[in-house]
Amino acid sequence: MVKKCDAIVIGGGHNGLVCAAYLARAGKRALVLERREVLGGAALSEEVFPGFTFSVFSYVVSLLRPEIIRDLDLPRHGLHILPLESTLTPLPDGGHIAQWNDHDQNRHELARHSLRDAEAYDELGRLLHQMARAVRPLLGMLPPDPASLRVRDLASLARLGGHLRGLAPEHFHALHKLLTMSSADYLDEWFETEALKATKSASGIIGTMLGPRSPGTAYVLLHHYMGELDGVFRAWGFAKGGNGSVSAAIAAAARRFGAEIRTGAPVANVIVKGHRAVGVALESGEEIQAKVVVSGADPRRTFLDLLGPGQLPDDFVAAIRRFRFRGASGKVNLALAELPRFAGLPDAGPHLRGAISISPSVDYLERAYDEAKYGEFSRRPYLDIVIPSLLDPAMAPPGKHVMSIFAQYAPYALNGGWTDARREAFGDAVIDTITEYAPNLKGAILHRQVITPADIERTVGLTEGNIFQGELTLQQMFFFRPVPAWARYATPVPGLYQCGAGTHPGGGVMGASGRLAAQAILGEKA
Amino acid sequence: MLKTTPFHPRTAALCASYAWRRWAGYVVASSYGLSHEHEYHAIRSAAALLDISPLCKYLVRGKDAARLLDRVVPRDVAHAEVGRVLYTPWCDAAGKVLDDGTIARLDDALFRMTSADPGLRWLEDNALGLDVEIEDATDSIAALALQGPASRAILQEVCSKDLGALKYFRTTAAELRGAPVTISRTGYTGDLGFEVWVDAPDALAVWDALIQAGTPYGIAPAGMLALDMARIEAGLMLIDVDYISARKALIPQQTSTPFELGLGWAVNLDKENFVGKRALVEAAKRGPAWRFMGVEIEWESLEELYADVKLAPQVPAAVWRTSVPLYTDGDQVGYATSGGWSPLLKRYIALAHIESSHAAPGTRLEMEVTVEHRRMHATACVVRRPFFDPERKRA
Repeated sequence: MVKKCDAIVIGGGHNGLVCAAYLARAGKRALVLERREVLGGAALSEEVFPGFTFSVFSYVVSLLRPEIIRDLDLPRHGLHILPLESTLTPLPDGGHIAQWNDHDQNRHELARHSLRDAEAYDELGRLLHQMARAVRPLLGMLPPDPASLRVRDLASLARLGGHLRGLAPEHFHALHKLLTMSSADYLDEWFETEALKATKSASGIIGTMLGPRSPGTAYVLLHHYMGELDGVFRAWGFAKGGNGSVSAAIAAAARRFGAEIRTGAPVANVIVKGHRAVGVALESGEEIQAKVVVSGADPRRTFLDLLGPGQLPDDFVAAIRRFRFRGASGKVNLALAELPRFAGLPDAGPHLRGAISISPSVDYLERAYDEAKYGEFSRRPYLDIVIPSLLDPAMAPPGKHVMSIFAQYAPYALNGGWTDARREAFGDAVIDTITEYAPNLKGAILHRQVITPADIERTVGLTEGNIFQGELTLQQMFFFRPVPAWARYATPVPGLYQCGAGTHPGGGVMGASGRLAAQAILGEKA
Repeated sequence: MLKTTPFHPRTAALCASYAWRRWAGYVVASSYGLSHEHEYHAIRSAAALLDISPLCKYLVRGKDAARLLDRVVPRDVAHAEVGRVLYTPWCDAAGKVLDDGTIARLDDALFRMTSADPGLRWLEDNALGLDVEIEDATDSIAALALQGPASRAILQEVCSKDLGALKYFRTTAAELRGAPVTISRTGYTGDLGFEVWVDAPDALAVWDALIQAGTPYGIAPAGMLALDMARIEAGLMLIDVDYISARKALIPQQTSTPFELGLGWAVNLDKENFVGKRALVEAAKRGPAWRFMGVEIEWESLEELYADVKLAPQVPAAVWRTSVPLYTDGDQVGYATSGGWSPLLKRYIALAHIESSHAAPGTRLEMEVTVEHRRMHATACVVRRPFFDPERKRA
């Protein structure tokens, strides 16, 4: 043993860095060990082609907790989140429907399609606002274990219960619906415009092997609705410089608080002595001691790869093996010589500065899911597109652009497995899909990078390429995440903690898991 | 993009102030002149022409049109004769006000309803099973308010109908220089005045006719700032400013019953049924916890506060629309929601929500005023609305 510290954080993803920053801020000697040469995990900016920088994996910021931005003083370390002000859904008939942050603009646009929907939009917005307010405190709460009789769990449960009792009956009913219905069914109760329903329901399926008609997806719709920046609900944003700048800012903050961060330092395993985690062994053979080991890796990596057999109770291992990943999405990153031109819309304009959603109908999305259900990638996938160079021109050479395309479904368990040829075929399907709406796209492509769930797993270590470190479905949330009774960041191995998105409240570049894990660790050590 | 009204070619040319305001997704002039003073005085001394096209307008027609409207508002629509206009609030099932507006009975089976917020979905949902057709005419009908003592004379110049016979809150079909219009004796100023409803393609012709006929009478196009002062003098509330629609309220405390808004007179509990009736019967029994009243900030009290810092009293140059606390003995018992200096009455007046136990006319409260950056309390006396109610309004 060459070295000793208070806490080792395995993995320099944004949650690991947040956890280390909070630990260091509390005066702990924290050491982050990152396997790759670059920090950030899946929150990474890379100059993939000369002059073109991409948020290679995760690409927007919605849920990054404002208290983390404040506590860690992230703007001082370069974080600037630029708002995405609209969502454009081009339609196959050459029309489009857009949603805008400005109320009047949004209303006029929706009223072009349905006066009823324009009104329902505000009413649903109000309801989801109230629901998000009702559910949001749970995100910041250490999840209680409902089966436990410990005082802290009972008190926490009582707070939760009191919170739910405080809901007006109609809100309790709405919450029940959101918890049980599919997003398509739920939105059917509100809207009649197909593309609006589809685009809204898409947020219920992002990153998940479920279709818009799968029960339980309505809740995920609400989960994404809680995106909050600067205290403003529903503000989606793009981090200047790409999502790597989120990681870089957190890393800089962590270092300023005294944390040490090492890259190119893959951890081979956690060292357990007398049933207690006492440090880690690196693949290089180096061993480092620590009072606490915190894993930012997902639950399967943490418990099945970094620990040896027999170090965990059998039922716990069984539960971890049941925890579902099932990566469902891929990415296509394009370097473009010119902007895409969508039929019926001006060549350039504010409609390109927001998100562009290929989600013309619920049937379209469900059909895309059908293919994935049986092991194929969607030939016409759901796409969530942003053009970061319009928000931050430094992402591309002058006059040129980068396009980030989130594409679903690309099932991890592809029939016959992912090969180079299958990857490029998937990339072709994505580009063909966009070209149907913006015919000049194909000719504008200078370079392309296609990323499958298998690539995500291999590159950043997310099991099965699931972007949330485990499906964000109701049976894997709150005190079920990742395993009932072990949702409070501690693990059956004393001294070993988890801080990744595989814990409550989950993924979405929110950093909440890292922060709450640090609080749990500091609370117990205090 | 924001919409412009059918009068925009005229209003834009006149808008020397470049001061525009959003109203329900449209742009309308805040004031045309550099100051709104002239426009305000035109309302009270001559006539003012106001573009009120952004109002939401619905044409409700069909066998069950009266039945639908009678069901959705607490006033008695079924028995309103043709030509009648009703001002009314309407409520959700909990008896909380959703919106307020007018319902004009244009024919046996044809009504025009105006509202501040879009309400098509709500009307349609309530029309389930009824033989009724609801048309959103917000864009297709343009509307002008001609308000002020000279308004009748001006309108009579261009209209063959005898407007002397058109009583307060009545409407009639007419021709205005050849353009088919409906004219209602209604308005938002508490003065003698009319509102002219015209198909959008005829809008500019009607505007031009009224300006031409009105010029000898001193007609002035007026913007929202002038209207805001006049409607406060008239004691008329404004949605989103003086009350929050139950459709938008985030917490129950933000909602109001009609009784709490001083609109109990518009609630007919003898009607067999209407949306919110059951809740309103209970609310009527309990009596309102709040009253919507006028308050007058006493000049002497204001003068004293300013004298302490060696300044003459300052009054707001335009209507303010913020929530201002009202106290009695240091306890907050209410809040004013809009107020301003009435150039006509020479009084500093405001509209306020006051707990019922402190809302009797003549009660002296304290209102927060900021004097040289410091929050002070000035005496504010509770008074009945309206502050200004000229006989010509109804005559």
